[in-house]
Amino acid sequence: MTPPRIRLENVSIAYAKNLAVKNISGSFEAGSLTAIAGPNGAGKSTLLKGLMGDLKLQSGAIHLDALQPKDFGYLPQAAEIDRHFPLSVADTVMLGAWNRSGAFRGISREAAERGHAALEAVGLGGFERQHIGALSAGQFQRVLFARLLLQDAKVIVLDEPFTAIDAATTRDLLRIIRQWNDDGRTIIAVLHDFEQVRSHFPQTLLMARETVSWGPTETAMTTGNLQKARAMAENAPTEQPERLAV
Amino acid sequence: MMLYETLIHPFVEYGFMRRALIACVALGLGSGPVGVLLMLRRMSLVGDAMSHAVLPGAAIGFLIAGGLSLPAMGLGGIIAGLIVALLSGLVSRTTVLKEDASFASFYLASLATGVLIVSLRGSNIDLLHVLFGTILAIDATALYFVGGIATFTALTLAIVYRPLVAECFDPGFLRSVRGHGSLYHVLFLFLVVLNLVAGFQALGTLMAVGLMMLPASIARLWARSLPLMMAIAAGVAALSGFVGLIVSFHFGLASGPTIILVAAILYCLSLVFCPSGAFRRLFPARI
Repeated sequence: MTPPRIRLENVSIAYAKNLAVKNISGSFEAGSLTAIAGPNGAGKSTLLKGLMGDLKLQSGAIHLDALQPKDFGYLPQAAEIDRHFPLSVADTVMLGAWNRSGAFRGISREAAERGHAALEAVGLGGFERQHIGALSAGQFQRVLFARLLLQDAKVIVLDEPFTAIDAATTRDLLRIIRQWNDDGRTIIAVLHDFEQVRSHFPQTLLMARETVSWGPTETAMTTGNLQKARAMAENAPTEQPERLAV
Repeated sequence: MMLYETLIHPFVEYGFMRRALIACVALGLGSGPVGVLLMLRRMSLVGDAMSHAVLPGAAIGFLIAGGLSLPAMGLGGIIAGLIVALLSGLVSRTTVLKEDASFASFYLASLATGVLIVSLRGSNIDLLHVLFGTILAIDATALYFVGGIATFTALTLAIVYRPLVAECFDPGFLRSVRGHGSLYHVLFLFLVVLNLVAGFQALGTLMAVGLMMLPASIARLWARSLPLMMAIAAGVAALSGFVGLIVSFHFGLASGPTIILVAAILYCLSLVFCPSGAFRRLFPARI
């Protein structure tokens, strides 16, 4: 299974009249593993929201080739999800079967078994009946990864998946991301930790509202490019009310 | 015998007490679960604002029907509530104002308009009925109306439970799977308005939200799963109605406020005795 590529053509996204993302062009190749990195306020999460269709593009276009919206799996920032919502771990994971069950159809036994297997894969076998409010931040993130596993998406989009997560969980989740990529899925992840990017992500889009560099990580994440990104972020107008792209 | 005289006899003897009790149970069945979802969406105060927003529509229904007619006032209330909900949503999406600020502005305007309309054509007693309700004056027509709304609410919640929960818990996920979250949000607001209108005659525009939010808060303190929370909220609303009616009957108090105060007392007791409450904090269980 090799998914088509995603091509960005002069993508700009604005909040009110303030540009958060400016003229980004390039491609997420089929089956690639790409980190989106940059300083605070660089527009990384905004770009993901534009990619997912949550935000309208001010200009430009995103070409998805033959990909359908259902081919995308999206993990938003942890702060956007109510962790104390009264749901069980099993109910949360089974939301990942949405593309098959939709809003009204029942959950098949096969889907339930796959949900159970997904929980086992993230190291939370036996947690099905636990309420998500009782989980640690790391365990909750594992649950969301299990939901993504169940979604079986061709393109997986992760927004800061390791923020406030312990080292052991981060290591396990990175292993799952690597497995997804080995299966031929396209992975796009916003990350803060540059060492993590260098160690685990072969491709990097370094941005500071606009593209600083995009390509193999070793050439995109040079000291010079990082300094350039920081300088661009510091010189950018600060009045725009962006709190999503941190 | 004493217990029978106190707790059962008023309902056996008086039809208005029976109708009031059935109305409270029906209100609880509809408003309780809706209140739980409203609270989980952190929209509790929006519910309060909506309860005031239905007033001008109800007042126009009052004028057209020539008096207190729940179907006419209810229909007007539903229309007014939906208009305010849609306008508030529109303002929050097109201006810098957040949804709570736009709701607050519209509900104040609605409340003032409604009171003005009723005071122009009705008596002060009519105005009091509109503001504080007349649960003991509920007739068979009103009872069918309230029961119909409770039935519709329960059925609708059962059908759209999954998308409603998903939209409430993780709206970003629902958007990512093209789950039509906005559609369910509007449907949910419609259910809120419907149930506020149902509570209108019983508790008035100022307290209609009482049987929606207080039982929901109590349920949140006691339960950890959503279905159980909804069941507790419905039960607490019905219990508050029963106890409130009994107390108001024996002590000659106004029924609507007494029902809400009973729910408020249950809320205070829950704050102390619920699993995460003050009592457990002061006297932690020893293993």
